Amino acid sequence: MELAIFIVFAVTALVSSIVVVAHRSPVHSTLSLVVTLLATAGLFILLGSPFLAALQVLLYTGAILVLFLFVIMLLNIQRERASSARSPLQTWGALVGAFVLAGAVSRLLWDAHAESVAPPLTETFVSLRGVADQLFTTYLLPFEMIGLLLLLAVVVAGWVAKRVRAEADEESAE
Amino acid sequence: MSVPIAWYLVLAAALFCIGTVGALTRRNGIAIFLSIELMLNAANLTLAAYSRLLDDRTGQMVVFFALAVAAAEAAVGLALFIAIYRLRRTIDLNRINLLRW
Repeated sequence: MELAIFIVFAVTALVSSIVVVAHRSPVHSTLSLVVTLLATAGLFILLGSPFLAALQVLLYTGAILVLFLFVIMLLNIQRERASSARSPLQTWGALVGAFVLAGAVSRLLWDAHAESVAPPLTETFVSLRGVADQLFTTYLLPFEMIGLLLLLAVVVAGWVAKRVRAEADEESAE
Repeated sequence: MSVPIAWYLVLAAALFCIGTVGALTRRNGIAIFLSIELMLNAANLTLAAYSRLLDDRTGQMVVFFALAVAAAEAAVGLALFIAIYRLRRTIDLNRINLLRW
C-alpha cells in the first residue's frame, strides 16, 4: 500500500517537473511546479514529517508560487520565442550532462543505501510536539534569525523594486 | 511493504537533475528561477529522507529553515526581476549581459 502511494507521488513529481522545464509558457511551468511541490508534500507525509508537508503546501505552493504568478502577470511575460532558444548543441550538452550526473549520483546513493532499512516510525518522531520542542529549544536562535531574515527580505525587495522605478523616472524626465 | 529509503534518494537525484537541465537550457529568467526552486525542493526531499533513515529530526529542522530562506530568496529575486524589467523591458537572460563580457 505504502509502495503504491509512493509510486503515484513519485511519478507525478517526475512528470510535472519535466513539464516545468520543458513548457515554453511560464504560467504553465509555474502551475506544474505547484503539482511537483504537492507531490513532494505527499512524500514528506510518507517520510513521517506531516509538519513539513503542511509547510510545503502553505508556504511554497500557497505563498511563493503565488508570488511567481503575480510577477509573471505583472511583467506580462509571453512564451519564449523560438528564435531565443539556445543552440541544439547546448541543449543536448545539458541533457547528456544531467543524465550522466543523475546516473552517477543515483548509483552512489543506491550502493550506499540499497540495504538500509528505515527504523519503524515512532510517535515522537511524527508528533508536532516533538518538532516544536526541538524548534523552540535547540534551534531557537536560528528560528529568531529566520524571522529577521524574512523581515530584511521584505524591506529589501520593496526597496529594490521601488528605487529603480524612481531612477528610471528621473532618466525619462531628463 | 515499506518503501526503501534509497528510492527517495534516487527520486530526489532525478528531480535535481531535471532542475539542472531547466536552469541550463531555459532563457526566461522566471523559468530559470522555477528550475532552481525545483532543485531546492529535491535537496529538501533528500534531507527529509535522511532524517527518516537516521531517525533524527535535525533533517526536518534544516528543511524548515531552507523553506524560510527560499521564501526570502524568492521575494528578493522577483523584486530584482521587476527592477531589471523596468530598466531593460525584458527578462530574457540572453539580452541581459550587464555582468558578462
